[in-house]
Amino acid sequence: MTVSLSGKEVALKIEGEFPGSLVESSQENLVVKSDHLLDAARFLKETDGLDFDYLNFVTAVDYYDHFEVSYMLSSLEHNHCLTVKTRCYDRENPVLPSVVGLWQGADFQEREIYDLFGITFEGHPNLKRIFLWAGFEGHPLRKDFI
Amino acid sequence: MEIKPAGKYIYPDIELDREEGQIIEDLKTNSQESISDPDQWLDEELEQNILLTSVDALINWSRRSSLWTAICFPACCAFEMIAANGPRFDLARFGMEILRASPRQADLMITAGTLTWKMAPNVRRIYNQMAEPKWVIAMGACAISGGIFASASYAVVPGYNRIIPVDVYVPGCPPRPEALIYGIQMLQKKIARRKNIDVRRLLKR
Repeated sequence: MTVSLSGKEVALKIEGEFPGSLVESSQENLVVKSDHLLDAARFLKETDGLDFDYLNFVTAVDYYDHFEVSYMLSSLEHNHCLTVKTRCYDRENPVLPSVVGLWQGADFQEREIYDLFGITFEGHPNLKRIFLWAGFEGHPLRKDFI
Repeated sequence: MEIKPAGKYIYPDIELDREEGQIIEDLKTNSQESISDPDQWLDEELEQNILLTSVDALINWSRRSSLWTAICFPACCAFEMIAANGPRFDLARFGMEILRASPRQADLMITAGTLTWKMAPNVRRIYNQMAEPKWVIAMGACAISGGIFASASYAVVPGYNRIIPVDVYVPGCPPRPEALIYGIQMLQKKIARRKNIDVRRLLKR
């Protein structure tokens, strides 16, 4: 059975490495500031004892005043998992760093988020629409899309 | 921090995607009206032929007795279609148990499933690749009108008759195999009525 790590305990480790990089943490998850996302992600992937070498999924939620992007991480070695979130407050031109360089599985899913939410992932090697066609106007999973 | 991609990526050119997007946009713009029943606008001269009914009867009999279906089953109605082809309902009784992987060998397209605008150019291409004469059965609510997606979805074609002319509509969500077989029998009756020989042109020779 996969063990869900406590967000608070992992948050202490990240806070020790990168002070001021977290927004909040709880038992279930931790929220990283978007400009520290890559540092935290690399730390989670490469630190001994954490070794989050597998990305289960990336998804996004529209909370009207901000977008929240969730990363579900797992370690195949230690059989534990963790949910990391980050927030993006710019509605007109939301930008987040891409994690494709760390987990290649994020490739299509970041393209899906780009397609349906309009969030740009900086550093993505091939960021274009995946479900809808080029020329489609708007991003259908945004709450204000009708 | 810059993180380099772990491997080499092979992706198609963005220009190709834009081209595809333009094709979809053009098709969508030109497909806002339903295409009416082919009987209303097919060649009128053919319909006035009354003399060589025996030839007509022969041609129509041979055509309707071995309708071969092109494989174009995008969604869940396909399973009712497959059930209709299976031993319990046995579509082979009507001479059409063969599903052709190549549309060039098919006469009939059974559109079993929801169609999205992204898929629409491919369905029209399959239809264009089928040799004349050809017929279309719209199977299920999605094929008739877009079904549950008709009013709300930005991505679903509201009925196959925006894309291709439809001969017979089979309602249901999905239709039972009996309903599909009844629809096929209606299509066979429709084919039986068809006039094929232009007599006046023959007499002029």
